[in-house]
Amino acid sequence: MNVPDLQALASVPGPAIRAVHDEFHGDLLEVSMGPHHPSTHGVFRMIVTLDGETVVKLKPVFGYLHRNHEKIGENTSYLASMPYTDRLDYFCSMTNNWAYALAVEKLAGQAVPDRAEYVRVILAELTRLLNHTCLAGFLLQDGGASGTPLMYAFREREKILDLFESLSGSRMMCNFQRFGGCRVDPDPAWLAAARTLADGYGRFLDEFERLLTGNEILMARTQGIGRLSPALAVGAGVTGPILRASGVDYDLRKVDGYGAYPRLKFRVPLGDHGDTYDRYMIRVLEMRESISLLQQALADLPAGPIMDPKAKLRGFRPKAGEAYGRIEGPKGEIGFYLISEGGPNPYRYRVRPPSLINLTILEDLCLGHSIADAVVILGSIDIVLGEVDR
Amino acid sequence: MLGIGLLQGLAVTARNLIGSFHDPKRFVTTQYPEERTKLPEAYRNFPFLVAENATDPMGTLRCVACQICEKECPPQCIYIEKSKDKKPDANGKMQIYPAIFAIDTAVCMSCQICVEVCPFDAIKMDQVFEFAATDRFNGLVLDRVQLAKPNSYFHGIHPTEAAEVDGRLAAARKAAEEKARLAAAAKAAPKPPPAPKVDPPAE
Repeated sequence: MNVPDLQALASVPGPAIRAVHDEFHGDLLEVSMGPHHPSTHGVFRMIVTLDGETVVKLKPVFGYLHRNHEKIGENTSYLASMPYTDRLDYFCSMTNNWAYALAVEKLAGQAVPDRAEYVRVILAELTRLLNHTCLAGFLLQDGGASGTPLMYAFREREKILDLFESLSGSRMMCNFQRFGGCRVDPDPAWLAAARTLADGYGRFLDEFERLLTGNEILMARTQGIGRLSPALAVGAGVTGPILRASGVDYDLRKVDGYGAYPRLKFRVPLGDHGDTYDRYMIRVLEMRESISLLQQALADLPAGPIMDPKAKLRGFRPKAGEAYGRIEGPKGEIGFYLISEGGPNPYRYRVRPPSLINLTILEDLCLGHSIADAVVILGSIDIVLGEVDR
Repeated sequence: MLGIGLLQGLAVTARNLIGSFHDPKRFVTTQYPEERTKLPEAYRNFPFLVAENATDPMGTLRCVACQICEKECPPQCIYIEKSKDKKPDANGKMQIYPAIFAIDTAVCMSCQICVEVCPFDAIKMDQVFEFAATDRFNGLVLDRVQLAKPNSYFHGIHPTEAAEVDGRLAAARKAAEEKARLAAAAKAAPKPPPAPKVDPPAE
């Protein structure tokens, strides 16, 4: 058997790894999972060291989808970076747009009209619904429920994508937010369609939960699997639903109070155990809050302009300075850090990708569990490789 | 009891299975290419150039080769070369025109930024998505002849936006005509001392 240098691997500090060559138990086995493995959500690779079926070491390898996002951002104008942010986390282009617009607005001191703030909340919550629904579907797909939950999730996602398409012209690459507002003002027909969707989504969630939440197989596969302690979560900089599933009350919508969120009422669900089941459940509960947020924002949507009249599209040159804009994306804190030297393009453009930072705890979650559980744990972390590799 | 959750889930899938045969709202498959779903008005994919006149698209392009879209295009898929001579535009003003205008649709990412930055409403988003070609350079790099489409076509695909653009252009044309008329009148009129002041027309 062709075994790589496992002596070196075994000497790495960490949980005790038994001797590689053991006459009684046999050898440890190093398996390369991915980058073309269907359960790794894209081109992610895990180099897993297995003792039988148990993971004793896991080394994530990424960078296969590296597209030079940050360097491109430094070489194009501020406006031209906006469509590139769609392509970071292609499930959540609306929230990526918003985070980037927020950073530039901070940099340039650009005001945003009330109506645009509400429209942004509506779109961000629709994105959260879309992302969490798909995540639940993919998690179940990873757990072996091949097809059914994912197809139900995609059926609902389609409705949200149709809304995005009729508003922004594109289903996933929306390119919708602008510095100082939104590109298009949603017309009454669109708002009515959004209201219908928000009102009907609870029924879908009930159905989805009847299918999944009480399912014994799902419980057996997820409860107690991949526990994340609050200390590790905070220490590793994990944000978003994963952090809240571990019981840490940290939601940027409450902490920063950006946009129209301070004017809307919502609760932040928290988990108890920090295991995979909690991470699934948190998303379901967050979707319920999103529905209520959507209904409130649609009801309170003020009239007025959608773009600040002082907003500039062409020849946009913010004064020298730096700004960090962050929002609570569906996957966690998505932030953009910009340094301007007064030119047409930023001197430094940095993305804080929630997927990448949440992925760093993968080994800690997987140790001691079987290889099949590692797949489920990866599914519950919710990564998009477009954002991990950028 | 163990298994209740499973049975509940099975009931949901059974209901969905039966519903998918009986509920017309759930017959979602469209038999493309015989049938087509109606694209939303806002749908966009690749840019095209607006020409005023369908019979002479090359002579009536709105584009004046200012190259703003070329500079702003995020993936740099537009290539423009200015003409050496000038041609009258829709307002009768002499303007240069694009001698070469090419868009590499294999590179274009359909972001619509060229449309937003264009000060002349000369480039708009098309809705044609059947673009398969066997040769990347001859099939997917579109030149200005392939890109030019008449304003009536624009009205067909984006009626709301086209009406708004036409209204804006007509107002600009009227203002320009008024200005020209006043200037001509001021020139033609004999100049009694002191010269009468001609107020610039409100734009």
